[in-house]
Amino acid sequence: MLSNIPILSLVAYVPLLGALAIIFLVPRENAATIKAVATAAVALDFLLSLPLWFSFDRGAAGYQFVERASWIPSLGVEYHFGIDGISLVLILLTTLMGVIAVTCSYTAIAERQKEYYVLLLLLQTFMIGTFCCLDFFLFYVFWEVMLVPMYFLIGVWGGERRLYAAIKFFLYTLAGSVLMLLGIIALYFLNTSGFLGYKGAGHAATFSIEKLTAVAAALPAGLQVWLFFAFFLGFAIKVPMFPFHTWLPDAHTEAPTAGSVILAAVLLKMGTYGFVRFSLPMFPQAVQTPWVLRLMVVLAIVGIVYGAMVTLVQKDMKRLIAYSSVSHLGFVMLGIFALNMAGIQGSVLQMVNHGVSTGALFLLVGIVYERRHTRMIAEYGGLARQMPLYATYFLVMALSSMGLPILNGFIGEFTILQGAFARSFWWAFFAATGIVLGAAYLLWLYQRVFFGELSNPANQKLLDLTWREQLTLVPLVILAFWIGLYPKPIFDVLRAPSEKIVAAVGGPTATAPAMAGQISAGAGTGP
Amino acid sequence: MTFRPADWFLLAPELFLTAAGLLLLGLATVFGKAKEEFLAYLAVLLTAVTAAILAFVAAAPARHAGPILGGMFVVDNFALFFQFTILLSLLLAILASMRFVGSAPYAGGEYYALLLFTGVGMLFMVAGNNLISIYVALETMALASYVLAGYFKGERKSTEAAMKYFILGAFSSGVLLYGLSLVYGVAGQLGLPELAKLLEGADRTNLIVLGILLLLAGLLFKIAAVPFHFWTPDVYEGAPTPVTAFFSVGPKLAAYAVLARVFYVAFPRFHADWGLIVAVVSAATMIWGNVAALLQSNVKRMLAYSSIAHAGYALLGVLGFRTSFGLWGILVYLLAYTFMNFGAFALVIFLETKGYAAETVADFSGLAQRNMTAAIVMLVFLLSLAGLPPTAGFIGKYYLFTAALKAGYPWLVVIGLLMSAVSLFYYFRIAAAMFFSDAAGAKFRHSDALTAVVVICAAGTLIVGLAPEKVLAVLRACVPGAY
Repeated sequence: MLSNIPILSLVAYVPLLGALAIIFLVPRENAATIKAVATAAVALDFLLSLPLWFSFDRGAAGYQFVERASWIPSLGVEYHFGIDGISLVLILLTTLMGVIAVTCSYTAIAERQKEYYVLLLLLQTFMIGTFCCLDFFLFYVFWEVMLVPMYFLIGVWGGERRLYAAIKFFLYTLAGSVLMLLGIIALYFLNTSGFLGYKGAGHAATFSIEKLTAVAAALPAGLQVWLFFAFFLGFAIKVPMFPFHTWLPDAHTEAPTAGSVILAAVLLKMGTYGFVRFSLPMFPQAVQTPWVLRLMVVLAIVGIVYGAMVTLVQKDMKRLIAYSSVSHLGFVMLGIFALNMAGIQGSVLQMVNHGVSTGALFLLVGIVYERRHTRMIAEYGGLARQMPLYATYFLVMALSSMGLPILNGFIGEFTILQGAFARSFWWAFFAATGIVLGAAYLLWLYQRVFFGELSNPANQKLLDLTWREQLTLVPLVILAFWIGLYPKPIFDVLRAPSEKIVAAVGGPTATAPAMAGQISAGAGTGP
Repeated sequence: MTFRPADWFLLAPELFLTAAGLLLLGLATVFGKAKEEFLAYLAVLLTAVTAAILAFVAAAPARHAGPILGGMFVVDNFALFFQFTILLSLLLAILASMRFVGSAPYAGGEYYALLLFTGVGMLFMVAGNNLISIYVALETMALASYVLAGYFKGERKSTEAAMKYFILGAFSSGVLLYGLSLVYGVAGQLGLPELAKLLEGADRTNLIVLGILLLLAGLLFKIAAVPFHFWTPDVYEGAPTPVTAFFSVGPKLAAYAVLARVFYVAFPRFHADWGLIVAVVSAATMIWGNVAALLQSNVKRMLAYSSIAHAGYALLGVLGFRTSFGLWGILVYLLAYTFMNFGAFALVIFLETKGYAAETVADFSGLAQRNMTAAIVMLVFLLSLAGLPPTAGFIGKYYLFTAALKAGYPWLVVIGLLMSAVSLFYYFRIAAAMFFSDAAGAKFRHSDALTAVVVICAAGTLIVGLAPEKVLAVLRACVPGAY
């Protein structure tokens, strides 16, 4: 059915078309039309992305919906799109978050609306494009160009320190990705004629991710370690892994709500996606080198524990949630470097979970910020009485973020811990302390904001959620419960690509996560 | 020496441009200030005709018969690429000057004549096949450009720029000439292919190495590489902005052509001697240019330092001259650089003609609110200068870094990549001012010759960035060795 339609390109470029329509057809003064076009574009895009889910062949390990055309033949660069299960879930997450990001901005953004929606739509195109690429050159182009709209979203519509946060975000991520470019060029030569005394494989020039992966995986361990670290910096800064995380709290805190939501839900996933999809299959010997593996796991665990401890002391709600991302993504990294089925499937699921939960929490903070123009926890208290609906949504998402059973976070964290435990008791032990701390900072936050007396007079007139605000939250709540209660469909999609990756890094593919085959999460038996 | 009749035909573009310059000079004395705009359009027309003649020459089979005028010049694809690009930069410079020079109290006719004369020098330079013809062409270009730098003679900065440019330019020409004489003293030859043949089996003596290094130093002066760059910021700041825009592109193109040709054709034998020096100079230029640009608040000075940094990137291509990417990369990069750097300067001129000083970054404040199109186009140029995809600057840098890695300089590539990230910081200070600050003036619209410059540059930057295949294929055919 879909074989003749370039469905991936459609999904990737519909937001771009929306942006062009706004630029050329809608006058600046007509804010309502701008919003309508933007909403139509992301909604159409989301609907277009749904068939991907339904017609995706769960059994196949290869790439699907492949599109291929020549772009710069003299360099061997191709326009090459195609997805596997991992890209699929992230693309769906992106299209869904796109709808939410646009709808949550209707009232929050009052000035320069035309530019705002154009940038949001452009960002959407670049993010989806990144997840679709099967050509490294093209991947790098999308990867880099993505920074530009985000820079402006933070810089124009951000908080007080937006200039600092915007350039810091841009510089950090750019510094990482330029070294990735070096890695890509090195691979290009190792595939063709070699460089610096390293013999090339003598193939025709190409940037095809599949072909370069095969070449890279066959390299000696020493060279693989170098290349691994060239890519590592690009991905680790984006994740962000400890100690490259310092741009994150600033960018998150200063960005407008939609920016934070997109940043948390999608942009951070670029880094972990890079590790799963590229670093592991390309450099299997490097990641199995004991010191490299140990370093990665230590950084992941430090990220989990340190991130959680810093989160505890935050006074600003947005900053608090931003730091909690460092901790949560530490979990994802730990799962990836467990190098087994449970770890990798759990990690990808946790990427989605983090997008859902943290995205929702940023949305919720944005909602009170729009009413009160402060994010300081001390300014609030007793909101549960004034805004009962809001308190309920917040509770659900906080519980989902801290990993309570029947909600999504539990499945992800449990599966990752299962994978980590299979490698080492201590990995799982230290990571589990992060869960305890996570419960502490989220419950404490909840207590301070929602319970107690409604003492601050400024809070006494706060209105509860509007129907539009609820509309942005409901899909995320549904998703949280769905993944929490019945994660099997997602695990099914992830199985084939995960098996391929685990096989590449020499792990046991037989031990599927305990959750995958079961209907209820509560019945998980553990390893 | 044998002169064939066809030789004169092959030199027709240079000869025509010379005649055009003389014609303009004569008309300028007759018409004076009153008909200045007419003279400017005439200059545009004459430059375009020169390009058309060049196209005829490019198609002529006679040029494949080898060097002309007794081996003094060679009209190969490599020369043709540079000649076309130089004529393009000349055209852009004239268009960009119209309003700027027109509103100044100095006579404009001679200005355009001088521009054409620098063009003549550059056209000869890039076709030079003999050290002496290269030197004479270079001086032709340099003399005219000293006058151009000081064209706003009533302004102290402009005069100072001309003086500095002249003294340091004369000094560097002296260094070049000294190196040239040493090479001649050892080899007894000045023709590039002859030198190559002679030196192929020759012993490595200190004298020839010294000669080569002095030649190198003289040329590095012209492209403003560290540590021979000190004249650049002052000259770029002081000279009239359209002249600065032209200096940052045209003469650099010509100097790069000479550098690449001389070291590619004549001295590959001594690669071990000059290779390391060029590598160190390239690293120093990339680092110093970018770090110094970080510290500037004056936009013209910042662009001056950024053009120094770009000279450092382009040197990577000289290092990789033995790889298929090296010289090809220089061509791609210089083409990209022509579009993006001229484009960025054109927007500075744009603001200046609108009555804004455009001197400090703050003068760009709120440009997005005053003229969104101008701000977006400037953003494209800035992205390209910083080497981000999908722009020409990225494709160009990609080639250069690839060449340097292949040639065995991974440390230079790492420096270059990190410095690209650094450069983003100062380029985006302008972007931040344009988009994040509030407007300092009323909205404005704009349409005149300068718009044409901006459109050409933006189109070039985006085409080379998004659909480079055709351009790359043409440039591939322009690499020496491919003809």
